[in-house]
Order: sequence, then C-alpha cells, then structure tokens
Amino acid sequence: MNIYLDTSATTAVCKVAADAAYSVMTEFYGNPSSIHKKGIEARNILENSRESVASLLGVSPEEIYFTHGGTESNNTAIFGAVNKGKRYGNRIVTTSVEHPSVKEPMKVLEAQGYEVIWLKADKYGDFSVEELYNAVDKRTILVSIMAVNNEVGTILKTEQAAAAIRAAGAPALLHVDGVQAFGKLKINPSRFGIDLMSMSAHKLHGPKGVGALYIKKGTGILPISFGGGQERAMFPGTEAMPAIAGFGAAVKACGDIEHNFYKVANLNGILRSGLGSIRDVYINSPANALPYILNISVKGIPSQVLVNFLSERGIYISAGSACKKGKRSEVLTAMGLPPALIDSAVRISLSRFNTENEMYATLNAIEDAVKRLRL
Amino acid sequence: MRETILIKNGEIALKGLNRKNFEDALVKNIRDRIYDLGEFKYIKSQSTVMVEPLSPGIDLDEAFERLKKVFGIAALSRAVACEKDMNEILHYTCVFLKDSLMAAKTFKVEAKRSDKKFPLKSPEISAETGAKILEEFPHLTVDVHNPDIIVMVEIRDREAFIHGEQVKGAGGIPVGTGGKAMLLISGGIDSPVAGYMIAKRGISITAVHFASPPYTSELAEQKVHRLLKKVSEYSGRIKLYTVPFTELQEAIRAHCPEELFTLVMRRLMMKISCVLAEKEDCKALVTGESLGQVASQTLGALQCTDDASVLPVLRPLIGMDKDEIVTISRKIETFDISIEPFEDCCTVFTPRHPRLKPDLKRVIQAEEKVLSAFPEDILIKTAEASKVLEIG
Repeated sequence: MNIYLDTSATTAVCKVAADAAYSVMTEFYGNPSSIHKKGIEARNILENSRESVASLLGVSPEEIYFTHGGTESNNTAIFGAVNKGKRYGNRIVTTSVEHPSVKEPMKVLEAQGYEVIWLKADKYGDFSVEELYNAVDKRTILVSIMAVNNEVGTILKTEQAAAAIRAAGAPALLHVDGVQAFGKLKINPSRFGIDLMSMSAHKLHGPKGVGALYIKKGTGILPISFGGGQERAMFPGTEAMPAIAGFGAAVKACGDIEHNFYKVANLNGILRSGLGSIRDVYINSPANALPYILNISVKGIPSQVLVNFLSERGIYISAGSACKKGKRSEVLTAMGLPPALIDSAVRISLSRFNTENEMYATLNAIEDAVKRLRL
Repeated sequence: MRETILIKNGEIALKGLNRKNFEDALVKNIRDRIYDLGEFKYIKSQSTVMVEPLSPGIDLDEAFERLKKVFGIAALSRAVACEKDMNEILHYTCVFLKDSLMAAKTFKVEAKRSDKKFPLKSPEISAETGAKILEEFPHLTVDVHNPDIIVMVEIRDREAFIHGEQVKGAGGIPVGTGGKAMLLISGGIDSPVAGYMIAKRGISITAVHFASPPYTSELAEQKVHRLLKKVSEYSGRIKLYTVPFTELQEAIRAHCPEELFTLVMRRLMMKISCVLAEKEDCKALVTGESLGQVASQTLGALQCTDDASVLPVLRPLIGMDKDEIVTISRKIETFDISIEPFEDCCTVFTPRHPRLKPDLKRVIQAEEKVLSAFPEDILIKTAEASKVLEIG
C-alpha cells in the first residue's frame, strides 16, 4: 500500500506529463533556438507549454517565463525588482512566514543595506493588514508575500498588498510566491495587482527542475543571470525542454481548479473530523486554510517518529516542511504554538488524486500511532 | 621513470621477534586498501615497504591518498627508483622533482647510503646532486636550515630512490595484529572517533548498531553506514550488526522508572553486544563514552553499564573534552555526517531527569523487571535477529 500525502513537498509526475517529457527527450529533441525542422518542433512545444501555463492563470503567454524552479523564480523576482527600483527607495516589505527561497534573498539584501520589514504572523499564520499599511511607505520598492504558506496552508491576504502600495503611493512592485497556490487556488495576477508571481511544476504533478515566473507586461525587471538570450534574456540557457513539455502537459491535465478544490476540501474535511475525535491531536492549520495542506500535532509523539511510523505502513507525510530538515519551524513559532506542539507537528498534504479510502486508512494509522507511541 | 611509494614502518620496527608478523600484517592491509587500483609489487626491506605499480596507468595519486590512512605507517613519500649510478640519479632528480623544484626558492639535499659499497659517501652524493640542481634550476639557492624542499637520495641494497619531502603517515599499529573488538555505534560524534582510535592501536573492528523503528529513522541507519565507511578507510572492512531494538525499548518505557530508562537501555545494549562479540571472537567492547559528558556517562553510570558486560569495555575517549573529540572527527571526516539531525536509539525516550548517581542494585532490579516480560533467551534471540552488513 502506498498512500502519498506529501504533495506539498513534491508530487508524482502524471502520465501525460511523463509521456510528454519522454517524447521530447527521444523524438522532439531539437533546440528551440535552431532554425531547422527539429528546432521548430521544439519551439512549438515550448510555446504550447507557455500557453497552457498562461491560460491557467488567465494572463497572456508573453507574461510567462520558464525558469528552473520556484527558487529561481523567487530569486529573480526579488533581486530583479530591487535592482530596478533601487533608485526610488530602500525599503522592502515581506512576511516572517516566507519560504527559505524568499527569506534567504531578503537576508542578503538586508546585509547589503536594504531595510527589510518582516511582517509578523498572527495565530493563523497571516499578517495584519494594519501592520502592512504601516510598513509600506513612499520609499518601498518591493512587497513580497506568499499566496499560501507551505507549512500550514494559510491563504495570506495578498489582495490587500496592492491596495496598500497604492495607498502609500509607493513605487513598489508586488511579488507573490505562488508555488503552493498555483493550480489549486484561482489567482488572476492582473486582478490582484500582482506584478510578479512564482510557480513550480513539481507541486502540480509536473517534473522537477522547472518553474515559471509571471512578469506583468511593462514591468521590466532586470535579469540576474546572463547568457544566450533565451526566455527574452530573463532566464538564459538552453530551455529545459523535457521538463517544460511535462510542465505544460501537467497544467493542461489538471482540469478545473474549483472542481479539484472541492474534491480535496472533502478529503480534508474527512481528516479534520476524524482527527478531532482522536485524543491529543491538535490541528494547527486555520479552518479556512487551503484544503490541500493540513498541519497537525499529535502531542507526545515527536514529528520524526510519527513520520517513521506511518512510513512503515506505506503512508507518507512530512515532518514540518521538507525544505528545512531538523530546524524548529519558524512559521509555527511565529504562530505562537508551544514548543511541545511544534516538535510534534507534521504536515499532511493532499492532491486531487487522493481518495476517501486513503483518508480513512490514514486516520486509522494515526489512531494506532497514538495507542502505541504516545509517551 | 619507475615511480613507487616508499613507506616507512612506524612503531612496528620496534617489535622484536614479532616484527615479521607486524610487517606481514601491514603489507596485507596496504594490499587490501589499494588492490582495486591495479597490480602492485610489495618489497619489504630495512623498515621500509616499497609499493611499486606493475601495470601502467595506475592512479598513484589515489593510492597515495589511501595509504595515508593505513595504520602502522610512520611516513610515506612518492619516489622514483633508478639504477645505483650517479648519472641516472642526477637525471631523475631533475626530471622527477621538476615541479616542486620550480615552485621552491631554497632547497637542500640529504643523502643516505645503506649500501656501503657505493663509491661515493653520503656528503659527496649530496654535494654532487646539489650542484646539478643549481645548474638546472638557477633560481634556487641552498638553505640547509630552513629549505622549502628537501631532496632525498637513498642508496639502498638493490637500487637508488629519489624523493621530495615525506608525508606523515597515520601512525599506530597495523590493524588486525591486536585482535578484534566490538564497537557500539549510535550515529553521534563520539563513537566513530572511538572506533578510529581503537583501530589505530591495531585492533580490527566489528560494529553493532541498535535500531528502534519507528522511533528511529531509516536515515539514522544509513547515517551509521556512511560513518563506518569513513572509519573503514582507516580500519579496513567493518562488519556491522544492526539489532532490532524496538520491543526492548518499549518494554523499558513500560516497566522502568523514567529516571533509569537510559541506564537500563545501555545495560541491555552491552549484554546484546557481548552475545555478538562472543560469536565474532571479539575480546572487548568499545564505546565513545567520555566522562561526565552526559548523565549516562558519570562514574556511577559507567559502573552500572560496565557491570552488564562480561567483556572489558574500552573507552578511548574517556578523558577527552568535546572539542578534542570534534577535532579528530573532522580529521577523519565523520563530523559533518554525525551532526545530521536524525533520531537515534540514544535520543528516544530520554528521561527528563536522569539519575546522575544511580544505585546499581536498583538498576539491576529495573532491568530484571523489563526482562521478565520476555522469554528467557530474549537477548540472544534479539542478537540473532540482527541484520548483517559488510562495510568498506
């Protein structure tokens, strides 16, 4: 039995995406920059993938740039925006619950002398709108906020950010780390006032090693690496065609966002109500979190132990977030959880391919764990 | 040009009548460590082992790196062998040492002549070689006190050897000459260092690790494999027993006062290790304990654990500070692996307030209570259920 509930770490590549990648590796292997037939084939696949990603977001294909993953998207968005805006000001606003691929670039900028304002998290893992309005001023050149938190699933109030920027008359660009939200939540960047949005393929049943950055037309941020001019010189280097083809196919296959949302919300509901009747289980995700992510603590069972116990039974979940092995979660700390709950926090993350039976099996296994392992 | 590696025996030169055994063991260990690189000839003579590649294209750089980690070697150097003829010697000196001579500013020549029939005496060999070097490398000057490079010319029984500076070897005594011991390894910083130190004194190592899934992770086991792989670069091949310890650990939790969890656990580990040690003909147990480091390593706690072992328990780190242990673990490249954060058998069920001055009688009573929950031969059965893996 294999019940994979760690989709926020990564997902299995769906068959159409794997097939698309395979055909690019073995048949349509041309370089999209070549002018012969093989090159043209590849170029068509590249642009088809771009259109798929664009249409899922409701933006134009010229606004989608392929990257080598979420981390590269975030880094380029942040450094690119700051390089562009530095003559207007010195302040950057972000939150204290961002993914390391936002947090670490921010720390680099802080060390370079930029003033980085870290919005605190409340007990839901969201920021306070008042604090946001106070933080954004006339000298603010970048606001970077994640759409959905990767550890607890909180949907942050990103829609407030554009208004705060307007109210302050700030020259700031708005960047949204959309890696956990992409394909799971309807976010139309132009309607949200978003200038830059990061995405990744492998959280949505696409291959690893490819992502995208939405750059609103006319934004004109500067690249951070330089080379052969691919992706309109924003992300130079020969395109990772097998991964990009898989990305496009995965996006096309993901179907209706809302339909999937309700399907997963139903699975999430089964877990929540089942867990509610197991003693010493605490649900850390807020009630209105993205249903794809459910963070819980089983008091008295360290995270790693519960992960191991379930792993032996073929159920795969995550101790906190897979990206930060061994460190106490900053997000849960910021949310004000006591250390005993942080040390026992685990993340269950779902996909549209999971089933109700898998949820019941998981509940049974967690109940067993409590019976056997709790100290 | 015939390149060789010259190996100077360490302490083994002192070992009187046993010397031949020690030398044979050293050559065997050297062979075990480099046999996969190609065919070599091994010549023992005058407290030196000459390792000469027989097939072309052998990676001598790699061989040299590996031999730096073989115990029983005091010093080693890359050398070129040639006829005992001054013209040959001068020629090869300039060819073989060209790079180092180009990089140096000052040099000196040292000559050794064990073949007393060679026409020139040592000072004459030095003088002639020095003159040739000065002629070929005019940028160099002689400095007999603090030279950048020392050029060694050795006239031995069969041929001459020329080499640059010697590198310090791993020291110690050839592994295997002192019998076998059973190393208890957890995955922390200390136990791999303990294994290294015992191997250095000529003991070959068998290892035992206690796994308690799901409380411990498969990653913790893999970590132990990688640690032992590093230790095996010094100790040679290590056989690892991984003991399934979950049931016993759960029984400890169920039947013991919490303050005694760790001590009873360690006693059971000792007993199981002794079962395996007997099977493997190991004459002692080895642990990474250092006095006072944690609650289970006070003198009283050591008395309790020692009492459980019928074999002597060697604790090579007993008087060392943590930073001294860390220094060695960095040197043998186990430190970065050791600090990876996976639960191991020592960190599950850690009591909040462990007993610092335990009473042996009470500990034994607690242990008896745990064991009474099982059939009489539980420890032997548990030892026999171990997974076995050869590492290195």
